[in-house]
Amino acid sequence: MSILSVRDIKKIYGAIQAVGGVSFDVEPGEILGVIGPNGSGKTTLFNSILGQIKPDAGKVEFEGKDISGGSPLELSRLGVGRTFQNLQVFGKLSLRDNLILAAQEHTGTFWGRMFASPDNGFADRAQEMLDLFRLNHVADLPAGSLSYGQQKLVDIAMAFMPKPRLVLLDEPCAGVNPSLVDGLRELLVELNKKQGGSFIVIEHNMDFIMKLCHRVVCMVEGKVLAVGKPEEIQGNRAVLEAYLGN
Amino acid sequence: MKKTTLLSTQHLALLTLALLAMCFAPALLKTYGLYLLTLWLVYVIAAMGLNLTVGYAGLKSLCHAGFMGVGAYTVAIMMKAGISFWIASPMAIVICFALGLVIGFPALRVQLHYLGFATLGFNLLLVLFFRNEEWLTGGTFGIQNIKRPDFFGVSLESNTSFYFLVLAITVIFGVLLALLLRSPWGRAFAALRDNPIRAESTGVNITAYTLMSFAIGAAYAGIAGALFAPLVNFIEPAPFGISNSLLFLMMVVIGGSGRFYGPVLGAAIALLLPEYLRFLKDWYLAVFGFTAVAMMIWLPGGLLSMKEAWQLSQAKRAAGQKQIAEVAAAATAKGATA
Repeated sequence: MSILSVRDIKKIYGAIQAVGGVSFDVEPGEILGVIGPNGSGKTTLFNSILGQIKPDAGKVEFEGKDISGGSPLELSRLGVGRTFQNLQVFGKLSLRDNLILAAQEHTGTFWGRMFASPDNGFADRAQEMLDLFRLNHVADLPAGSLSYGQQKLVDIAMAFMPKPRLVLLDEPCAGVNPSLVDGLRELLVELNKKQGGSFIVIEHNMDFIMKLCHRVVCMVEGKVLAVGKPEEIQGNRAVLEAYLGN
Repeated sequence: MKKTTLLSTQHLALLTLALLAMCFAPALLKTYGLYLLTLWLVYVIAAMGLNLTVGYAGLKSLCHAGFMGVGAYTVAIMMKAGISFWIASPMAIVICFALGLVIGFPALRVQLHYLGFATLGFNLLLVLFFRNEEWLTGGTFGIQNIKRPDFFGVSLESNTSFYFLVLAITVIFGVLLALLLRSPWGRAFAALRDNPIRAESTGVNITAYTLMSFAIGAAYAGIAGALFAPLVNFIEPAPFGISNSLLFLMMVVIGGSGRFYGPVLGAAIALLLPEYLRFLKDWYLAVFGFTAVAMMIWLPGGLLSMKEAWQLSQAKRAAGQKQIAEVAAAATAKGATA
């Protein structure tokens, strides 16, 4: 059974069809890339899956359960994590607190957390992520004082903190120093192997996506143009035309 | 890995010293001085609650004096009916908590200054209720001769004994707030303030935390009101109006919004500064107003942000000097090659 099944998602803004009937499946443990030129509807698709916006039509199933129209809160509690295209860390909290926060609401009850220990049992997990992302030296600084690249890593680490079964990463390489991109890819591969779970990655960096992903979906003008293994997509004439023009 | 402790040794030593000073203060103060000190503690409790709502959770609230009024009237009415202060004051907390939940609902739909206006309207409604429901609240004549409580047979009627009751309750509620902010709830409130969209995507129930921040903040105003009524012995609608809600907001902002000791300092400034400026006669409120404006211009993060503001200005100065030195070096090098 697929971990995520997206069926005929549509989203229209006025006269513009941002997403026009997109369908695909994500298998357990799979890293699926989503590529496409700017304005092809990738982020709208992400936000529709994650309940950040309400799609006009279509159905999303996570582990066989219909999650269409579910709120980001419900999806997070079900085990779906995400990162954002723009930086979305909690700037005044320390990096360690950002990480603990990303997981603390996934255990215990609302009232129970009022009396829980400050780290709610996630101190070791936060340390593990700090070591993995090599952010130990800045762990207790306010996240807002870190460099853009470091904040990007914090955002990604936060998504993985509660050990989600599906993570959607929106342009993880954007703004990251090119010399660090290979390191980030290796990190994601390691997380995929160690932690399991499936990833969906939106990215413009073709080298990154082709080396990282098991399968790639190419979107153009809100529709799926091609789906296949990275080498198939790289050789697909329609995809090349969409990116480079005739 | 960094171990978290509740208080550092230095912090604990300073707190102990402050507490000792507070214990000895009545011996050094006359009646009015002791009254002001007790009133300051009452305001500290109320401002601590508002700091949770505004400073930690990042919501706008302009009805805090109204909540305090509910607490004060609850205790006054119940005590007049012969019910003990020790039953009436928890009731004041419960009623304010429930009202806080109610006023929290608009916060789920509107934000920023729109929320400010919604809460302002709520304060206005409460004042109208206090003024017009004469059968219950005494209307503009208020409720007089509110007695101070006994504690296990010991009368707290004297100013000094009542001061110690208020001090003890301030410490208890301060510790409770510190523990709450140290728990995962504190981190969730900060997340709500910094980035609610991201907070929700990490599993933070922003609806529940928004409502709780209002309800707990209101409960603090409730206990402050419950202490205010027996302190002044007479209550009427005026102290619970919009101007005092603004004063509470000023306490939080001037002290340092989202800083634990901000309300302590802010309440001292808002309450005591006008008293110390009274020698200026007609000008004292104007000078107080200008001082507040100046503070907001140069220290928008409140008085407790002074150290960080100083460090930032030093860093900027150092960066500016470095830049000037670089430009001068480049100009010298250019001159040498020309």
